[in-house]
Amino acid sequence: MFVPCQRGGGSAGSDFKGFTLLMPAVSVGNVGQLAIDLVISTLDMTKVGYFYTDCLVPMVGNNPYATAEENSMELSINAEVYSLPSKKLVVLQIRSPFIKNKYRPFCQTLLAWVKSSKCARVVVLSSSHAYQRDDEQLLGTPLRYLLTPDLEKAVGGLMQELNWKEMEKVAAYPGINDTEKVLHIPGGGITKLLFTESCSKGIPMAVLLKFCSEGDNIPDAFALVNYLNEWLQLIKSEVSAVSSR
Amino acid sequence: MATFFGEVVVAPSRAGVDDEESAEEAHEETPEDREIRRELEKKREIDVLWTLKSGASTEISADEPLVCSKFIVAIGHNAAAFLSSFILDSVCWEVVGVVKLWNEWCRTSNTTNVLPTDSFCLFYRLISDPTVLLCQCSCYVAEDQQFQWLEKVFGCMQKEGLQVTILSTCPVADYKTQESTLTLPSPFLKALKTKEFKEQVCCPLLEQPNIVRDLPAA
Repeated sequence: MFVPCQRGGGSAGSDFKGFTLLMPAVSVGNVGQLAIDLVISTLDMTKVGYFYTDCLVPMVGNNPYATAEENSMELSINAEVYSLPSKKLVVLQIRSPFIKNKYRPFCQTLLAWVKSSKCARVVVLSSSHAYQRDDEQLLGTPLRYLLTPDLEKAVGGLMQELNWKEMEKVAAYPGINDTEKVLHIPGGGITKLLFTESCSKGIPMAVLLKFCSEGDNIPDAFALVNYLNEWLQLIKSEVSAVSSR
Repeated sequence: MATFFGEVVVAPSRAGVDDEESAEEAHEETPEDREIRRELEKKREIDVLWTLKSGASTEISADEPLVCSKFIVAIGHNAAAFLSSFILDSVCWEVVGVVKLWNEWCRTSNTTNVLPTDSFCLFYRLISDPTVLLCQCSCYVAEDQQFQWLEKVFGCMQKEGLQVTILSTCPVADYKTQESTLTLPSPFLKALKTKEFKEQVCCPLLEQPNIVRDLPAA
């Protein structure tokens, strides 16, 4: 699935052991993908490869992160991988929607690649329909997180210190039986599937999502990236609540 | 929203995916559903048939790939018509293959005797230099068939020393630019190229954020 770029660095560019994999879910408002664009361009990350997959609608264009004439002519396709070894960060950007019935095979192949490349943890940036919030969710922060059991042990405490809100579960049969609760992420694309699969496969995964609606979602992307930065501290922010990683 | 089985619907959200419903349904897929899905997948399979000099059809295997130095692919009615009008003729070019496929929008067949208004996907070879191949693809290749088309067509070709040129058209209305579109000289040419393409490009490169999708992108 992963095809490394042919660069002078050789295999160094594709060794992700111990790295944090940051990726978007194609979700409402494309917020995760916009946020990933922000991360890649702000940190000036280097492209190290792409995914050769039949699961995403094909697309191609010129380098969206071009800063000068020289680097504006590199082709960019629907699923590319960027890396910043100094921060042990590898980022996957997905630029097109899934082909019908292909999202499951994609998730399976992706998680298999995560395991084989020995990434330390996966962080998924996503979003969910704002109009599906209940009365309580309408108040307070629109940002939520989820942690798989493996990652909960490692960073659960930090989330408490940051005063983050965990994504609430909803009743499986509302109105009929309110005791059985399930995870429901409407508009989140493959977020829920990735999360539940990671739980069962023992992959340390965090989901960071924002409630939003379709429209100009650039502010939502900034909010999500700042939320991520509170935890991963990728860049120095003027307002930093906790300095630990 | 209610749709009949097999209908491809473009989702209203820009995100393009709201798989909650299908995620639930997948758990409840009955053997009958699976069978229907399998049958539909078989129906949507692409066949690439190569015609030998003798006129018989055969399948070229990956073990004996076609030696090809230049492969020109025209995708869509306009690009196909361009080749028909300016390049193809029965003296210099011979038909060497056809792609047979079916989807909700079109069906192609084995026949190489086609009308310009038909949906077809034919391969031609330059008689004076049989390493030059041309493909006229006026049929619509659906999303789920594009990768298959790619693998089956390029799977038959030797890739070393191969130069591929793709001709396609896009509506001017889709072109995103900060300049005024009133003064845009329409139609106009734009190009995308890989870094391995070292020759001079005959027109300006496609500016960000414009993209190409579907079969030309694949």
